[in-house]
Amino acid sequence: MLPVYYSPIRKLWHYGLRIIVGLVLLFLIFPILVTIPLSFNVEPFFTFTEGMLKLDPVAYSTKWYVEFFTDHKWNLALKNSFYFAFMSTILATVLGTVAAVGLASDRMPFKSLITAILISPMIVPLVIIAAGMYFFYSAINIAGSDMAIIFAHAILGIPFVVITVTATLAGFDQSLLRASSSLGANPISTFFNVTFPLIRPGVISGALFAFVTSFDEVVLIIFLADPDQRTIPRQMFSGLREQINPTILAAASLLILISIILLFTIEILRRRSESKGMFQK
Amino acid sequence: MPNTDTTTNDTSDHLALNSEHTQKYNQAIRREKTKALVLVLPLLFFLIVFFITPIGYMLYRSFYNPTVANLAPKTAEILTQWQDISKLPNEETYKTLAYEIQQLQKSRLSGKFAEEVNRRLPRTGSVIKRTARKIKEIELDNVKNYQELLTSLHEKWGKPEIWTGIRSASDKFTINYYANALDYKLEPSGEIVKQSEDMQVYLPILQRTFTIALIITLLTFLLGYPVAYYLSLIPLKKASILLIFVLLPFWTSLLVRTTAWIAILQSNGVINQSLLSLHIIDKPLDIIYNQFSTILAMTHILLPFMILPLYSVMKGIDSSYVRAAQSLGANPFKAFIQVYFPLSLPGLSAGALLVFIISIGYYITPALIGGVDGQLISNLVAHHMRSTNNWELAAALGSVLLVLIIALYWIYDRLVGASNIKL
Repeated sequence: MLPVYYSPIRKLWHYGLRIIVGLVLLFLIFPILVTIPLSFNVEPFFTFTEGMLKLDPVAYSTKWYVEFFTDHKWNLALKNSFYFAFMSTILATVLGTVAAVGLASDRMPFKSLITAILISPMIVPLVIIAAGMYFFYSAINIAGSDMAIIFAHAILGIPFVVITVTATLAGFDQSLLRASSSLGANPISTFFNVTFPLIRPGVISGALFAFVTSFDEVVLIIFLADPDQRTIPRQMFSGLREQINPTILAAASLLILISIILLFTIEILRRRSESKGMFQK
Repeated sequence: MPNTDTTTNDTSDHLALNSEHTQKYNQAIRREKTKALVLVLPLLFFLIVFFITPIGYMLYRSFYNPTVANLAPKTAEILTQWQDISKLPNEETYKTLAYEIQQLQKSRLSGKFAEEVNRRLPRTGSVIKRTARKIKEIELDNVKNYQELLTSLHEKWGKPEIWTGIRSASDKFTINYYANALDYKLEPSGEIVKQSEDMQVYLPILQRTFTIALIITLLTFLLGYPVAYYLSLIPLKKASILLIFVLLPFWTSLLVRTTAWIAILQSNGVINQSLLSLHIIDKPLDIIYNQFSTILAMTHILLPFMILPLYSVMKGIDSSYVRAAQSLGANPFKAFIQVYFPLSLPGLSAGALLVFIISIGYYITPALIGGVDGQLISNLVAHHMRSTNNWELAAALGSVLLVLIIALYWIYDRLVGASNIKL
């Protein structure tokens, strides 16, 4: 309840703000809410049929999901998506975590310049990255190889790993490292026994971000991939341009599901590490 | 005197001890520096080889085009000696070119040659192609006058203009593509002139990209500010539930969101369907494949980039400042504008710069739902990469965009700090 002494303008402000916020949040979530029911459409359209609006069960079907999981092209795309995302995540996570540990040291020379370089793949437009890689990978003869795509996707994932691991390291007590080495541990066992357990939530979050970045990426694939290297987003992209069909919506809904799982995992990790006081505000 | 000596000795002893300490200290610091660097180096090396070098290579390609010089190397060489471009080149030049065109025709490369020269000087491609077709059958060793021969194959060989075209096309290094990318043209004589108004392609699109990016930044601010403000007021637990509405779209593939907008906006999509069934309109609205749909979908996609940094700054604003302002007599509106808003500016500048930077380089959404008037500069780069195969022009356009992005990123780094991007 609002306090009774509130002036009318104050009341208007109070409710007005809530209505605006509600509308904006609806605007944010609306496209996602629309996609999921449409993917169960029995008709091959992107529209709600009358039967769907009347909630008639006959108007709904899972046939586009069946198509997604049985069609040869989509199967190949699914396999490729997981393969590229998995490999590039490993590469990005290993390189990014090690670099973030170095970057957290107070003695790091050229710290801000190096940070800016490590974050830059997030800022440079994808078309420019794609064009540059297209020229360069052709010139060094690795165009069309799996390695080219794994490297390209790893590069896009690296900033996320660096950012999340650096954030966990912000609350990291560097004297723990000295304590560890004074007790006789070498740097490598210090890393695995002291540093890594403490930064693990950041590493896992970073890896998840890197995974989803690769899994959702389409521009670099358009420029760099051969037809047999098509991923789900690439398959969706050509579907949207050539022949619109609700299998695309089924694929989209599955990607949304993956995002939801990812989001909740990251939130849980964040909560857990926040309760340990690892994320510094 | 000896006294002084002892003192000196003492001091030097003292100094020696000091410098030994300093040395050890410096060594320790150096070791730590090296250790930190060694950890960063693998990633830095990886990025330099597979990310920065490709971009550098693209920059290089934007002014380096050896195709013509490689196809007809002798002609390229001999044309550098041609001084007075108002007169025709000498007989030797005609002979060299005749032989090289015949050679190119035999190895089926004359089309490529013609196309490249045509790119520099329009309407010369057909001349070269026709000449090449006819010259194939001629026994060149028996020809007495090569100038007459070429001129008889096509009268344009009797004028210096086409030669200037070949010469400037055989320059390995050229700023021609940058001139084109900014709607200038490099005359074969070396002069740079602005394209006439109706021939301009790239500047208007660059301008459009900026305008659209500004509109989107403004819209995300207008929509995002109240949300971030409200989220910062309510208890953390409730805020983190509402934040799902922001984070879920943020982590959903932008292709998925663009797909959703197609389903919503298309002529028999959700919006048109509902408006039709409510009899508000009697024929579907054209709200997709134009600038409107591009701006709408991009605003939706980029809104979380505005809300999240704003929210993280607003969460830290102490509400007692605003209360203090009000108790000192400011009305709530004035207190908000003069006290709260300036405190939220760091979040606003971070969000706005991020949204602006991302939107001027945007590709996918305009490509899918931009229609004709919603295409941005990135789409042109892609177009020249994939459809016209004019890689050098694509590279030059990309470089122009890159310079803009780097400038903005530099401002962002100064203002916000690259490492302060929150996820």
